[in-house]
Amino acid sequence: MGTSRRNVFGKSWRFIGSEGGRGMFYRAHVLVEMTSSSVALGAAQVKEQLEREIARAGLGNEVKVLETGSFGAALPSPFVVVYPDNVIYAPVSVRDVRRIVEEHLLKGRVVRELLFAGERGGGVATFIPPSPLKKEKRVVLRNSGLIDPLNIEEYIARDGYLALAKVLTEMTPEEVIEVVKRSGLQGRGGAGFPTGLKWEFTRKAEGEEKYIVCNADEGEPGTFKDRLILEGDPHSVLEAMAIAGYAVGANQGYIYVRAEYPQSIRHLEVAIAQAKERGLLGERILGISFSFDVKIRRGAGAYVCGEETALLESIEGKRGEPRVKPPYPPQKGLWGKPTVINNVETLANIPPIILNGPDWFRSIGTPTCPGTKVFTLTGNVNNLGLVEVPMGITLRELVFEIGGGIRGGHGLKLVQTGGPSGGTMTPDLLDVPMAFDTLPRYNSALGSGALTVIDDTHCIVDIVKNFAEFFLHESCGKCTPCRVGGKRIVDILERISAGAGSPEDLEKLRYLGQHMKATAFCGLGQAAPNPLLRCLEFFREEFEVHVREKCCPQGVCTMRPKPQPKKTVRV
Amino acid sequence: MNTPFVYQDIEEILSRYEKEETPLLCILEDIQEKWGYLPRDVLGYVARRLGIPSSTVYGVATFYAFLEVRPVGKYVIRVCKSTPCHVRGATDVLEALKRELGIREGETTKDGKFTLEVTSCLGVCGVAPAMMVNDVTYGNLTEERIREILALYRE
Repeated sequence: MGTSRRNVFGKSWRFIGSEGGRGMFYRAHVLVEMTSSSVALGAAQVKEQLEREIARAGLGNEVKVLETGSFGAALPSPFVVVYPDNVIYAPVSVRDVRRIVEEHLLKGRVVRELLFAGERGGGVATFIPPSPLKKEKRVVLRNSGLIDPLNIEEYIARDGYLALAKVLTEMTPEEVIEVVKRSGLQGRGGAGFPTGLKWEFTRKAEGEEKYIVCNADEGEPGTFKDRLILEGDPHSVLEAMAIAGYAVGANQGYIYVRAEYPQSIRHLEVAIAQAKERGLLGERILGISFSFDVKIRRGAGAYVCGEETALLESIEGKRGEPRVKPPYPPQKGLWGKPTVINNVETLANIPPIILNGPDWFRSIGTPTCPGTKVFTLTGNVNNLGLVEVPMGITLRELVFEIGGGIRGGHGLKLVQTGGPSGGTMTPDLLDVPMAFDTLPRYNSALGSGALTVIDDTHCIVDIVKNFAEFFLHESCGKCTPCRVGGKRIVDILERISAGAGSPEDLEKLRYLGQHMKATAFCGLGQAAPNPLLRCLEFFREEFEVHVREKCCPQGVCTMRPKPQPKKTVRV
Repeated sequence: MNTPFVYQDIEEILSRYEKEETPLLCILEDIQEKWGYLPRDVLGYVARRLGIPSSTVYGVATFYAFLEVRPVGKYVIRVCKSTPCHVRGATDVLEALKRELGIREGETTKDGKFTLEVTSCLGVCGVAPAMMVNDVTYGNLTEERIREILALYRE
């Protein structure tokens, strides 16, 4: 973003100094990536070891260890950055810590062998700016990996809560909605509905009480962008919720976070408390007559709750079963009141749009789908992680440039975009621009931005079975097509992979899939057969070999039929 | 897990949400956090106190994967089986865990320490294959790493 790094950290030093109550400046700051992914690789131990070694070296008063969010696919986890030297070490293990402290922090000598490999050849790594990835454009991840998410002052130093202040002091609610509408921002949860319209419908809906709900129930397999935004920059979401509250006339917000994200919940709790303490949330924000409060609601492990009406049911303490639409949430949402439901990434776009204007936002991405998108690269690709790029990038650029290609030099079989309910991109679609409006033309979908790369050592029956098992597990059971159809699909695929399939089974799969798609009650059941139908078409030959020759070309399926019980129910 | 149920404690949890309109899910989550699962008589008690049918309470308790109506081990291991983990060897991870623990999915070890469950995406696909042990996430799992992790909890 526009602010230079020196400015930012110059400010934050003063803050840290005053907060410690000792009026002290630290000579250096060491940032450790603390996200669920990096903690899963031992980041917490690295941080502890850093603190121990720094204390042991007598540097406790000179060097401060801070936590930061993820920097995405560009850097292997866990990484450590030393400021103000701008040196990145990645990945760092506990064993490396003593050398970093003794050599770098004590003697001022950079430990070259531990530098981020991408930069090792060219001397000392300089961190930000620019991003190590040329194609990257950071809007929603503007602070992730740069600031301490647990310190509101670092967020404020990066223009945090400035958009809220601008909105509350200079703009009418209608003007806010107009700016969001003109920006062309579309919902980043997967559906791509224009955010400004959603806000306008909710503002115009009748009712005294209205709600803002942030959907942080990111359950789509392969998606973890919202987690990294919440872990790395929770205040950006809170600020946006307050702006949305002002725009539509709501005074209460809920963030529904999935149970699998305990660290996101912890960071949000801290952030909400800090914002309330400083009068940026709560009664009479910034001394004007607008009040807005945010509460966290924790999910309990149900994928379907990511569907907006199921999510509302869950906040209302019920089984997370979707509601009939219409009425849509802007008319009848939480407890029957008009409600805006926005995804985490959508909200994180709001403060920059307010500050930089809708034209700035429209200058990024494609004319019909402006802005950036956070993609999460997963599966059989060399560089795993997330990356934020302008809309309209091609899959080829994502997988082969940013992702560094397929692991182990294998070929590409398919890329599943937006999780199992999204789209299936076969290698012939590598050059299609990725945007909400382009992919449906190819029977695919952008969805949440998850990219699961699958190499050609995998068997298509096995992959499709994995998708089908997921939907079987996550079906809420409310409607028959999804509950029974899902089970039948898994049964048939199991039969095929056990070598007991028949050519008619392929026709049955297609029939089941099409009927599920046409008759299921909610988006989950309607989307569930998508990967199956697409793969049946594109990988027809591979399916045929399974059922005709009873053989799995990739050697993944067992092809050993289980002994059949006497009475079997077949489709 | 062996903490006896004291109804005062449940009352304390209920009082946390007095001002909330529909607190059922929050209450069940808090009860589970304290005792590890939701016994039937506690569900009945909550239903009476909130004035809603116990079938509704049971319906909610059995809907969500993270709520347990049967006793579980001290440590619940949730192995991710979603596609990003699947294509990076989640099946081997699950097999290794079954072997190490001597139980199948959905079962609890005899000493009451571990329950093994399969789950959908944990959202840490950058370090696939992954699993959670209670609320700690572990990634880049290999058979060796699984043995190391289990050793941490076996002590």
